Amino acid sequence: MATRIAATMSRLRAEGRAGLVPFLSVGDPDLATSRDAVLAVAEAGADIIELGVPFSDPIADGPVIQESSQRALKAGSSLPRVLEMVTWLRARTDVPLVLFGYYNPFLRYGDENLARDARSAGADAVLSSDLPPEEAADLVAACRRHDLDRIFLLAPTSNEARMRAVAEVASGFVYMVSVTGVTGARASAPAAGIEQLVMQARAVTGLPIGVGFGISSAEQAAAVARYADLVIVGSALVRRVFEAGPAGAVAAARGFVAELRRGIDDVTKS
Amino acid sequence: MHDLPDARGHFGEFGGRYVPETLMPALLELQQAYEHWSNDAQFNRELAELHAAYTGRPTLLYHASRLSERIGGAQIWLKREDLCHTGAHKINNGLGQGLLAKRMGKTRIIAETGAGQHGVATATVCALLGMECEVFMGAEDVRRQALNVFRMRLLGAKVRTVESGSRTLKDSINDAMREWVGTIRDTYYLIGSTMGPHPYPQMVRDFQSVIGREARTQMLAVRGKLPDVLVACVGGGSNAMGLFHPFIGDEAVAMVGVEAAGRGLDCGAHSASITRGRVGVLHGKKTYLLQDELGQIQEAHSIAPGLDYPGVGPEHAWLHDTGRARYAAVTDDEAVHALQLLSQTEGVICALESSHAVAYAMQVAPDMKRDQIILVNLSGRGDKDMPAVAAYLGEEM
Repeated sequence: MATRIAATMSRLRAEGRAGLVPFLSVGDPDLATSRDAVLAVAEAGADIIELGVPFSDPIADGPVIQESSQRALKAGSSLPRVLEMVTWLRARTDVPLVLFGYYNPFLRYGDENLARDARSAGADAVLSSDLPPEEAADLVAACRRHDLDRIFLLAPTSNEARMRAVAEVASGFVYMVSVTGVTGARASAPAAGIEQLVMQARAVTGLPIGVGFGISSAEQAAAVARYADLVIVGSALVRRVFEAGPAGAVAAARGFVAELRRGIDDVTKS
Repeated sequence: MHDLPDARGHFGEFGGRYVPETLMPALLELQQAYEHWSNDAQFNRELAELHAAYTGRPTLLYHASRLSERIGGAQIWLKREDLCHTGAHKINNGLGQGLLAKRMGKTRIIAETGAGQHGVATATVCALLGMECEVFMGAEDVRRQALNVFRMRLLGAKVRTVESGSRTLKDSINDAMREWVGTIRDTYYLIGSTMGPHPYPQMVRDFQSVIGREARTQMLAVRGKLPDVLVACVGGGSNAMGLFHPFIGDEAVAMVGVEAAGRGLDCGAHSASITRGRVGVLHGKKTYLLQDELGQIQEAHSIAPGLDYPGVGPEHAWLHDTGRARYAAVTDDEAVHALQLLSQTEGVICALESSHAVAYAMQVAPDMKRDQIILVNLSGRGDKDMPAVAAYLGEEM
């Protein structure tokens, strides 16, 4: 049976458009609001959603997601709470859900336990920011046993050897980091070099390519949608959720994702 | 001699390269450059010449006979790394990596620092080699260590105040790594201890092993035998690895790493990652960490700022699990008491970090024979700690 992510990718191909992948930090500002925000984002047109599992020391993240993780931890968020939320969400939406975090909380929970419980909760994939393919054998094996997709990152610094290493273990899609740096909004769209990089990656893997880091407006999303299969938006959404405050967070998330989606829908894929 | 780490940087299950993909090519490049230059005769000659002319090596091996007499039992010997230029062993690694960075064509160096000792060593090396230097330091530490902040600036370095997380050493490493992710093409990250992703734990150990090589030769020359026990404090663990590594094949030589028990192991305010931590992944490596049951990293405490880190070098984790080295823990109180006694019996004021090693030696010496030898690595001098020690003892300065 095709995974939910594979099914989503086939549908996107048939519709001739790129998919939209919002990232939300689970538990910011609090677990209940964040749960409703994820559902709102699904209804507003997200094709896949990344659920951020907070970690005390997020070294790949800029200030927006760092601070969001701190707030989420203070609000009691954790991997077990995220898994409970996935169960709740899965009863209400079919949108593919990716658990996105750092490896230590995953390791503490146990690779096998994580894959088993993520699967039974209804999650579709796991992504760890600080786990390159070389160290991922246990998590990858556990995901294979439980039919979970494994998303891995590529970066502007990745050469062909790195692309091959990632292609060997990844499934679902490959996440192309569009800037040499940490997460966070940038003033301009990803540089032209990224389109080149996506083409190089396509020569190495048949998996869909998502592009993320620094995409903060519908205009930038549209620019990336011309060459990427998935457009990933994190910090810009997390910032809007925070700035709207608990009472306005859900509406802010819904509105921004709908706006991003319109930007992407205007683009016919080349 | 053990032949670790393996090609991917593992010491058994520990070590490795747990980093964002952006850093992987740079780590692979660094590993290649290190393998090349560490086998280059000219590189090694230049480093040795700098150590002789600039660092002040070899450092003394000193018999603390009055201290030994006072304690009774085994003879305590000190490897005087406190006499190195800049006042601690950190310069051994700083010079080695600085020369490597230069050979790699990097023009800018970044470093993390807790109390500022590694930051000062790095700023010193950058001044000597003519490189741009930026040091990341937690806001809390900037406040507590104003003298070292000024020293770094005087040496021409930029000090970046870290406001993220708990605003201490762990967070200065986070921010240094974030900076490195964004500037990887021209910037070299000069890590100060046997931690971080491969090849750092190996590289730092190798550059610090000059301590153990000298001590081994000196001991044989002076006493005609090897010491019975090696003792060194362990935060990240670079001075201990530097002392231990050349002795690993000498099975009769026991090795003890001394962690900081802070205000006591049971009160939670300590830095004893091996003694009380659990295996996890932080800052690029798998090792023992202070963490909660959900895998969130906990804050460490020690009166010695250089031991105030919630993890430990992966090779120490491996030495612990294989039983080749043992790990003990000493409280703030015991360390300060050892500092006082060493000062009063020998006229040597050592760093609070090193005081932990001295305190442990004082605990075990009475149960050993008079002709046995405890070799303590006196990793740094104590000037930097005087305000903290005075405050601890309730004295006005």
